[in-house]
Amino acid sequence: MATTTASTTHRLRRVFVWELPVRVYHWLNALTIIVLCVTGYFIGNPPALMSQTEASFRYLFGTIRFLHFAAAYLFFFNFAFRIYWGFVGNKYADWKNFIPTNKKYFKEIWEVLKIDIFLKKEREHMSVGHNALAGFIYFLTFIAFLVQCITGFGLYASMSTWWFADLFVWAGHLFGGDFALRNIHHAAMWFFILFTIVHVYLVFYHDYVEGRGEISSMGGGWKFIEEDSFKKQREEDQKS
Amino acid sequence: MVPTDTKRPTYYEELKERGYSRRDFMKFCTMMAAYLGLEASGTAQIAKTLSKTSRVPVIWLHFQECTCCSESFIRSSHPIVADIILDKLSLDYTETLMAASGHQAEAAREKTMKDYYGEYVLCVEGSVPTAENGAYCCIGGKSAEQILQEAAAGAKAVIAWGSCASNGCVQSAKPNPTSATPIHKLISGKPLIKVPGCPPIGEVMAGVLVHIITFGTLPELDRVGRPKAFYSKRVHDSCYRRPFYDAGLFVETFDDENAKKGYCLYKVGCKGPMTYNSCGIMRWNAGVSYPIQSGHGCFGCSEENFWDNGPLYRQQASFPGFGIESNADKVGMAAAGITAAGVAAHAIVTNIQKKKLIANVINEGKESEKEL
Repeated sequence: MATTTASTTHRLRRVFVWELPVRVYHWLNALTIIVLCVTGYFIGNPPALMSQTEASFRYLFGTIRFLHFAAAYLFFFNFAFRIYWGFVGNKYADWKNFIPTNKKYFKEIWEVLKIDIFLKKEREHMSVGHNALAGFIYFLTFIAFLVQCITGFGLYASMSTWWFADLFVWAGHLFGGDFALRNIHHAAMWFFILFTIVHVYLVFYHDYVEGRGEISSMGGGWKFIEEDSFKKQREEDQKS
Repeated sequence: MVPTDTKRPTYYEELKERGYSRRDFMKFCTMMAAYLGLEASGTAQIAKTLSKTSRVPVIWLHFQECTCCSESFIRSSHPIVADIILDKLSLDYTETLMAASGHQAEAAREKTMKDYYGEYVLCVEGSVPTAENGAYCCIGGKSAEQILQEAAAGAKAVIAWGSCASNGCVQSAKPNPTSATPIHKLISGKPLIKVPGCPPIGEVMAGVLVHIITFGTLPELDRVGRPKAFYSKRVHDSCYRRPFYDAGLFVETFDDENAKKGYCLYKVGCKGPMTYNSCGIMRWNAGVSYPIQSGHGCFGCSEENFWDNGPLYRQQASFPGFGIESNADKVGMAAAGITAAGVAAHAIVTNIQKKKLIANVINEGKESEKEL
């Protein structure tokens, strides 16, 4: 903070930000996305293998596809759970963090853009949970999740006998066939990869610049907030 | 059920006249029942109907098409198929096969439309151009759309033969200069069935017609209006090369060792995994072969927009707006590179711009360390 000098020591308050279900969701989501991207990439671009084994003794591509489908189910239900938790979880998990509902939200997006992205030398924006820009980007990722689920299960429907996958059968007809679904599904994978690069970088950025345990917060759930920042936040909350 | 007309001979009578034995007739009925996926009693139902009913009048229109549907039909594996439907005894009007021409032909069409109003089946081969007021396809001084609308008005049911009539096929590929339009977008309020494929399999076409004749209704259709009996499975699901796919053994180029071994054609662009058709089961030319069996991938001729959905010999489509050699992976990798560069630049600028702040955090930590 601008007022801080090397001689003054911060008093930090511990805030419980990410509840256990949120953390489990986060890591399960990360794991399934990695599995889905890697297996998905191989499904789109199978490696060239030479083998003397009879085809009936091998099931490599089948296994890759199985992993993809299994991870997809996990991903979907994990996602569905997170939506539910957006209504029953604590204030940092609430759905209002993701969807702009008021002017303040947009103001905060602009502030974060100025300070964290364009690196203006201004008073740091010390958010407790998600900052508004991050929250809104997560909302966009939820849309991407939805697109992947609809197109993915739409493609999967013809291979499944379970009614659940059949719920997505309309997707193929809506977009004009499995061809189109596949193209969308494949291209959208890159959104996840780009997101991951930026996401991981920004977590390190915040940890490095602010020094209050950004990285470890998704482990234990704690974040550490400066005393004056905490008081200011409390005053704002009481006002609104 | 089709009303019986005592004055006209029944299908069976017509066939007897043409020299088919009862045995041939029953074979045909059995084959059709099997193709349609009917239970055992279905054979008897078909035989009974064809013995008792006189032919259903058929008007077969040709618009923007190549006649491959008709060609496929007359090469259907059982000769009765061609005789029963396509020969002069069943078709009241079809430009390709009818003897009459000019005014006589148009008169025949108009007569059928009048005499059998509400009874005839309208088959349409080809799409309808709607640009320039339909100038791109005119027959006998009328535009394709006019002819279609007139004929559809009194039709009992409408069959869209092939990809042209079902989804526009090649002439509706971008930029679609003639506004080639599939017929389901032009006709409303009539039972309509799509039989896509370029061309559809002859037996499938025969099966659809036999079903309409036998039961007087359209066969069970899926969401897009294709008969479920023939279009509910992907070519991939019945492919005899599927074990190679599951094993991860692929043809890399058409002249490699793997191609000789008959490995899966997925990597050379086989669209079987996205294509709903029964080629893998029924095959072509009386069950002789089908594209994959001949060493060429399926290119998805029965799917909507198959011409626009990417190169025929690659699995991935070109990424829109980045040229024909692009694909999602190439564009994605470039984007990831740019992102990584952006992130690196941001990290450097952070260390310059936020120097003081970062130093504070570090110093505070170091001081605490020393105090202990």
